[in-house]
Amino acid sequence: PGGLGYERGAATNYITRNRARKKLQLSLPDFRRLCILKGIYPHEPKHKKKVNKGSTAPRTFYLLKDIKFLLHEPIVNKFREYKVFVRKLRKAYGKSEWGTVERLKDNKPTYKLDHIVKERYPTFIDALRDLDDALSMCFLFSTFPRTGKCHVQTIQLCRRLAVEFQNYVIASRSLRKVFLSIKGIYYQAEVLGQPITWITPYTFSHDHPTDVDYRVMATFTEFYTTLLGFVNFRLYQSLNLLYPPKIDSQAEDELKPAEGKEYAMDSESYLERLSALSASLARAVAPAHEDEVEMDEFPVEGETAELMDAKKKEQEALEKHKKLFEGLRFFLNREVPREPLAFVIRCFGGQVSWDKSLCIGATYDATDPSITHHIIDRPRVDKQVVGRYYLQPQWVFDSVNAKLCLPVADYFPGLLLPPHLSPFVMEKEGDYVPPEKLKLLALQRGENPGAGNEESEEEEEEEEEEEGDNDKEEEEEEDESEKEEEMKLQKMEEQKMGEQKTEEQKSQTNKDKQRLEQEQQSEEKRLAIMMMKKREKYLYKKIMFGKKRKIREANKLAEKRKAHDAALKEQKKKSKKARQV
Amino acid sequence: LTSVIPWNSAPSHLCEPWNPLTLFSHISLEFPAFPSPFSLCFPWEASPSSKISLEFPHFFPQKIPWNSLESPHTFPPEFSAVPSPFSRCVFPSQDIRNTVGNIPMEWYQDFPHVGYDLDGRRIFKPLRSKDELDLFLEKMENPEYWSAIPGKPRDRSVPWDGGSAVKSHRGFGDGICGELPAVDFFSHEVRIHPVTNRPADKRSFIPSLVEKEKVSKLVHAIKMGWIQPRKPKENVPTFYDLWAQEDPNSILGRHKMHVPAPKIPLPGHAESYNPPPEFLLSPEELSWEQQEPSERRLNFLPRRFPSLRAVPAYPRFIHERFERCLDLYLCPRQRKMRVNVDPEDLIPKLPKPRDLQPFPTTQALIYRGHSSLVRTLSVSPSGQWLVSGSDDGTLRFWEVISARCLRTVPVGSAVKSVAWNPNPNVCLVAAAVADPTLDPTGSLQSRLSLGSAPSAIPFPIPFPIPFPFQPVTQVTWHAKGDYWASVLRNPGGRQVLIHQSSRRWSQDPFRKSPGMIQCVRFHPIRPYFLVASQRSVRIYNLLRQELTKKLQSNCQWISSMAVHPGGDNVICGSYDSKLAWFDLDLSTRPYRLLRHHRRALRAVSFHRRYPLFASASDDGTVIVCHGMVYNDLLQNALLVPLKVLKGHVPTLDLGVLDVAFHPQQPWLFSSGADGTVRLYT
Repeated sequence: PGGLGYERGAATNYITRNRARKKLQLSLPDFRRLCILKGIYPHEPKHKKKVNKGSTAPRTFYLLKDIKFLLHEPIVNKFREYKVFVRKLRKAYGKSEWGTVERLKDNKPTYKLDHIVKERYPTFIDALRDLDDALSMCFLFSTFPRTGKCHVQTIQLCRRLAVEFQNYVIASRSLRKVFLSIKGIYYQAEVLGQPITWITPYTFSHDHPTDVDYRVMATFTEFYTTLLGFVNFRLYQSLNLLYPPKIDSQAEDELKPAEGKEYAMDSESYLERLSALSASLARAVAPAHEDEVEMDEFPVEGETAELMDAKKKEQEALEKHKKLFEGLRFFLNREVPREPLAFVIRCFGGQVSWDKSLCIGATYDATDPSITHHIIDRPRVDKQVVGRYYLQPQWVFDSVNAKLCLPVADYFPGLLLPPHLSPFVMEKEGDYVPPEKLKLLALQRGENPGAGNEESEEEEEEEEEEEGDNDKEEEEEEDESEKEEEMKLQKMEEQKMGEQKTEEQKSQTNKDKQRLEQEQQSEEKRLAIMMMKKREKYLYKKIMFGKKRKIREANKLAEKRKAHDAALKEQKKKSKKARQV
Repeated sequence: LTSVIPWNSAPSHLCEPWNPLTLFSHISLEFPAFPSPFSLCFPWEASPSSKISLEFPHFFPQKIPWNSLESPHTFPPEFSAVPSPFSRCVFPSQDIRNTVGNIPMEWYQDFPHVGYDLDGRRIFKPLRSKDELDLFLEKMENPEYWSAIPGKPRDRSVPWDGGSAVKSHRGFGDGICGELPAVDFFSHEVRIHPVTNRPADKRSFIPSLVEKEKVSKLVHAIKMGWIQPRKPKENVPTFYDLWAQEDPNSILGRHKMHVPAPKIPLPGHAESYNPPPEFLLSPEELSWEQQEPSERRLNFLPRRFPSLRAVPAYPRFIHERFERCLDLYLCPRQRKMRVNVDPEDLIPKLPKPRDLQPFPTTQALIYRGHSSLVRTLSVSPSGQWLVSGSDDGTLRFWEVISARCLRTVPVGSAVKSVAWNPNPNVCLVAAAVADPTLDPTGSLQSRLSLGSAPSAIPFPIPFPIPFPFQPVTQVTWHAKGDYWASVLRNPGGRQVLIHQSSRRWSQDPFRKSPGMIQCVRFHPIRPYFLVASQRSVRIYNLLRQELTKKLQSNCQWISSMAVHPGGDNVICGSYDSKLAWFDLDLSTRPYRLLRHHRRALRAVSFHRRYPLFASASDDGTVIVCHGMVYNDLLQNALLVPLKVLKGHVPTLDLGVLDVAFHPQQPWLFSSGADGTVRLYT
């Protein structure tokens, strides 16, 4: 393939994009579409110059094997057919042959992506692993306006698939984490053991950017909708649910509006009722009572037994987490984002309703006495009903992430909310842990931080400070070895000079000894580092640099927090004084 | 008759749809009783007051305008209210002052007036007609001038309204008979009679041959099976269980080669809509906006909102999805092995320095006295005395134990190099003094001391040897103490001389100079002579007078060299802060290149008894290393850095200039640019 007559070597394994395009006889948009649909991506060769035949020009390389693989793709022919179709149609329009136009439109070449999905994801688990982008994209497209930008059918399909997936997550109770970020809402579900994360934008109309190529996004969406459809089918099947989903007949009766007040045609309101997320789905086979699989217990010994125990505990915790809101009845005020909250609450077994005029699918009224939690997002409530908590929406999300129903006192309307932490951050040793997280961890362990709340906080802070100091010391040790050396020398001199030390100073000398020992060790280390080979030394320095930077950042965050807390305390004191005066 | 009836004014509400034919019939009915003066009463008229008078000016030669005969006609109010398509010509609504009616204006050509106003008074013509200037002004002022029809009625241009211009024009041109009533043949009403009397064509009675031909062709095609009915669309469900049969064989090599795209990193606390306060950027960190998008550590600005209600839409949401799409299909992927090593594992396991004692660890004594940088030093073979040469033009003799300067010998100029004769029986010191002002630029100072008693203090008497050559930079003794060699700075010419002190003669061993020579050494055991040029070390066999080996140093500029007392190993220090250890049995390349120092190496030295070597550098440190050489040829030398000795203060960008070991004790002498000599024990 090499133009310069390369017959073997790295150059023959790769092909540039332009050459690939020529080989496939496709235009650039078609080539792009094909690559997107088939999941072909460029590769970065190990020796770029060798592959580039000695040139250093920046080029993207595809694997020759990939391109050869594309040669046999039946969709390529469909692309060509479509091109011909467009040409014929244009001609017919030009000649005003409307009969021909009709006929051509009837025979419009179509293609299916089923085989490509199967080919790219030979097993179902593979497909699940790659579902993140598909879901995010479908959720985004389902929020697009029905005009412009892309086909209405695509948007409708995306909406349908997204709603179906949400319903599946509710039915299987597989949601694990939710996070309200400034970009949108992140969800993480665990489907068949695979964590699937997706992001949905806040429900506002989009300000469509001009520097975005919607064709590329539409092509991706075309593939993702196919993938998601098949995945949904399979997921529904795995739960014995009907696909396409049907609302449970019992729930359907409840949801049906009174005679004569029909909102829209059945077929039209169906998706809306489904997307209200308030009704459970119909099952193909009536569920046997609580078909939970109980783990058989095998006699095991030693470590495996411990492991099994740990697993069992985890399982129990998971079950508990799934039933977090079981028995609770929520009511969403109208200023609260309905869909995410309804989705989250239903995922954890809670019942949820809203004002009838807000959306279809409301099951009970605001005046219902059985409501336990009233989610509200306005600074104060006009008429409070006794017997229910009025809470801000963050309580729901924080409770889900904490895996327990948090104390409600912090979340009353009008209060300054506690920070909303990301559930995706798993702090390792040495990382900065915000004090709120520490409090949360204590809560999860079952400790009650009610009485000694502030004290424990302070203690924590102190601990942190100490940690920070230690870190700094380490840094200094490594950074400023020279100073240390001098100090050491000075100390030795001092020791030599004055041997007549009193017993009081013995403890001091003991400490010095320890210190000396440490210093000696660090010096040994330094000397050993001197003997490292160049490459290893480079690597070592890089690793240590990264570590140090991490420590520095953690310290910085801790310092900032300290300053902030101090400022807050000062303010409190001032306000107290002012009150006393 | 037909031409005069103002048919346009026919009330549509009475005769619906209004058809001129019906009007005709009415008129014809009334005709026999036509009264003079030809006034005609229409059947639909409600009262006689609203009569329309008709005139036939053809019959009257005096041309009486019909308006003048009777009072101006008035119409039922609904007439003007009903928008009739023909109302345009007869009653221009904007000009009802002139009651002249629908008559050609030519009739008024001979009259001074143009018509009558509502009160019946004459309206006189304008005094003069428009000239070209007036026309031009009008043309400029009237934006509708171009579309106006040249004003015949009432001397005023009528703006053109729609497509009826042609008709109206014709109407005026044809005079009284111009306005033919438009017969609406193709109205929405179905009629039983044909509009025209024309008999139908013959071809409408006989079947078409062309169609017959076409049909027969189609029938034939159907018979032959060329045309088939359209297939009904298959009703296949869009989604089904695609993975019903998961075939492990379908996992191809492709899938194993597949490099999955990395997932989007999960958000941290900073991305929250209500993050902890420490994650918000402080005012000094708020340079985020000024940073390039690629330089930012976070691709968003952390913000805090008091409630969920206040959170706006993220403006870059679509951008981010799009960028992800681009990454997925456009970004070259590569499988990268991430090194997941504990950095502690990377540190080589070396024997502990504590186990390799003795070696100098601490600074014991400082020999002060020189006023300028001490360039060189040498220890007597007994280890009792020390000589140092400085840039202040003196040689100083010290007692090692007490750091007492016993003797100062002024030589007049900077001492470049000193060397104590290694023969313990002969007390002789060679010093290279470079002074361009003195004629004998090199001098040898010596004093023979035969007494071996330690009390015998050598008071050297200067014994200069005049060198008719270039300045001497280095002197070195042979191990036996008879021969000594000197290096001259004489690029391109004679650079090395070997002298014999017993016979007092010198020789030049090289016919051709091997580059710029930095340093020379005698081999401690064998009759070899080592010459370090800028980048390599040449080893000559003095007996056979030939080059035996050439060592490539891998350094840029060799500064110093030392030979292991065993004779098989050589170390070279270089100005690019490297120390090369050569194993002569192993290779001509360095066995190990040590980059311990941060700046240029000035001197290197081996200990005569202990496996120690030291290197002095401009960074002000001396590094003592353990350099164990094994007799077993299969085992390579073991090099362990033992101690970084500090003490000299770098001055004038120079640190430690020379270094020497005590011949018996594990002690180290170093001389520095700060004018001191230090002893480390």
